Amino acid sequence: MSETVKPPVLQRIDHRTATAVRVIGVVAAIFAFGFLGTRMLDFLRDDDANRLLVVLSAILLGVVGVFVVFWAMDQVVDWLPKKIREGARPYVFVGPAIVILSVFLIYPVINTMLISLRDANGQDFVGADNYRFVFTNHSMLRALRNTAGWVIIVPLIAVSVGLGFATLADRLRRGEAVAKSLIFLPMAISFVGAAVTFRLIYSYRPSGFGTNIGLLNGIWQGLGNEPVAWLSQQPWNNLFLMVIMVWMQTGFAMVVLSSAIKAIPTEIIEAARIDGASEWRIFRYVTVPSILPTIVVVTTYMVINAMKVFDIVFVMGNAETNGTEVVAERMIRWYFISNHDGRAAAIAVVLFLAVIPVMVWNVRKFRQQEAMR
Amino acid sequence: MTLAVVGEQKQPRRRARRGADETVGVTSGGWFVKITIAVVVLIWMVPAVGVLVTSFRTEAVSNRTGWWTMFAHPFRTSEWTLQNYREALGTGGFKSAFLNSLAVAIPSTVIPIVIAAFAAYAFSWMSFRGRHVMFVLVVGLMVVPLQMALIPILRLYTSGASLGGLRVFPDLELNGTFLGIWLAHTGFGLPLATYLLRNYIGSLPSSIIESAQIDGADHFTIFWRLVVPLSVPALAAFAIFQFLWVWNDLLVAYVFLGGTRDTRVITIALANLVGSRGENWYLLTSAAFISMALPLVVFFSLQRYFVRGLTAGSVKG
Repeated sequence: MSETVKPPVLQRIDHRTATAVRVIGVVAAIFAFGFLGTRMLDFLRDDDANRLLVVLSAILLGVVGVFVVFWAMDQVVDWLPKKIREGARPYVFVGPAIVILSVFLIYPVINTMLISLRDANGQDFVGADNYRFVFTNHSMLRALRNTAGWVIIVPLIAVSVGLGFATLADRLRRGEAVAKSLIFLPMAISFVGAAVTFRLIYSYRPSGFGTNIGLLNGIWQGLGNEPVAWLSQQPWNNLFLMVIMVWMQTGFAMVVLSSAIKAIPTEIIEAARIDGASEWRIFRYVTVPSILPTIVVVTTYMVINAMKVFDIVFVMGNAETNGTEVVAERMIRWYFISNHDGRAAAIAVVLFLAVIPVMVWNVRKFRQQEAMR
Repeated sequence: MTLAVVGEQKQPRRRARRGADETVGVTSGGWFVKITIAVVVLIWMVPAVGVLVTSFRTEAVSNRTGWWTMFAHPFRTSEWTLQNYREALGTGGFKSAFLNSLAVAIPSTVIPIVIAAFAAYAFSWMSFRGRHVMFVLVVGLMVVPLQMALIPILRLYTSGASLGGLRVFPDLELNGTFLGIWLAHTGFGLPLATYLLRNYIGSLPSSIIESAQIDGADHFTIFWRLVVPLSVPALAAFAIFQFLWVWNDLLVAYVFLGGTRDTRVITIALANLVGSRGENWYLLTSAAFISMALPLVVFFSLQRYFVRGLTAGSVKG
């Protein structure tokens, strides 16, 4: 894009050399990258290779690779005839995202719906059989009931405790940040890690098989009771598993609600206080109504999360004998352990149908925001 | 709905501390507040402390007595050991699982960010046909449960796909490879990343972009030299969210990488350990703590970004 005036001939030569250099550069880059990439992929599959080297090259390939692809595509666009060049460039920028979304989300959603109408191998058409299974099988009905429990109880407790804690912590003169980060901390760890953590708490040995080293049985025995196998007490064991998710997610509700509470103008609260309103009334009639939109968002998030709970139940094991099945866990059981693609797909579709209202709501809200822009 | 939360985060900090109005009326509840907070924090800490303490006690001791008994005699050194960690990292295979988790999580974080940032730039600052429709699609895909994607993608990975005899997706044998799981995580993280980055990049002042265009910069240069450096806060927030999401994920790794010792990630290794040696607490707790170490470091060192990332990424399929 140089604007200095040169004789036309020179301009042409400049242009030609520039193009030639570019062509050679891009071709060389593509080849080099292709060669290195395939070599690295082979290397990654080599079981005997040094693990650290494998990991480093995996990271290098993944990280540098994408950028090179974008750069090369942009260079290719530069060769297109001027007329269509700038019209094509946006598609180079959004193209990869759209392709990946199509292959990894849009196509699978359609495909899963089709598979849900087919048999175990996904071959023969069986109509609504799989759905009939989902809504009549004993274990599935229990899973649906349990998931409904998760969806109601976990958000309810997590949001209430989070809201209460955020309100009270807001009053602290100091230590608010520390207290909040300690509650928030479980959010950083995995569901599997949290499940192990709580297995230790619920650990059980029948009397005569050694001391109970689980905290809950320790306390229970300290009160003079016989040890209890907490995780097989139906239906309460479901609650014990829900506690894990509450432990993990209360911090999230608390942090988000806390920032909403801090955004309430001080004047309103002070005015209420001068009028003689009690702290409870201020909470009930000023704080809660002002942050209601945030409460709705946080609750929706928790509902979606609780609906898809999988890891906790899966890691705890024996869901069927303990009666702790949940929908997402059933899906993996039917897919991997019973190898019934049709039923697994039908279970997934049930989950999908349940989030469609949220999806519609998101899109509608986005449209409104765009209209206001 | 994500936007609402992000908006809240962006509001200026109204007041750091109540200070002044504390004297106006709230003095009465002081002790009640402090004690309640202390009790809740204590309850929340107990499970994690149990794991941490047990992971440093010898096998025999942790098998014989509850971990809380150590508070009676905390300095009896014969009960403390590092052997648990040595065993977990060595014969337990948690060192290679840790490395595998890194190999999965770092590219699975960077790839979606790069792809989403380019797309977000195009959605914000380039005009093209179908822009609105495509972005509505992105918004809609944000909450799709990833359970919907597992079966078809695994089929693509193991046998490709053909349409009426025509091969539209080659059989790449991606199942069980790092590349396969990177792509899967990229697909699942992309809608959210694109949405968040588009909100951020779209709110950059148009005068900056326009003046760069007048100076003769092309889109690629503007994106790389101007927009990316300006978007670091948003990129960092999403990066942390995605990294922790991938690191802590069990489901996607279980489906696409599986439990073989070469490729299994740390969550899989831990879940397998629960299945095979569910009552060996000295090993389970040290292994669990190894799996939590990195997220906790991220949590403590990058807390502000961490919170921003999590609240921003609160809705994900």
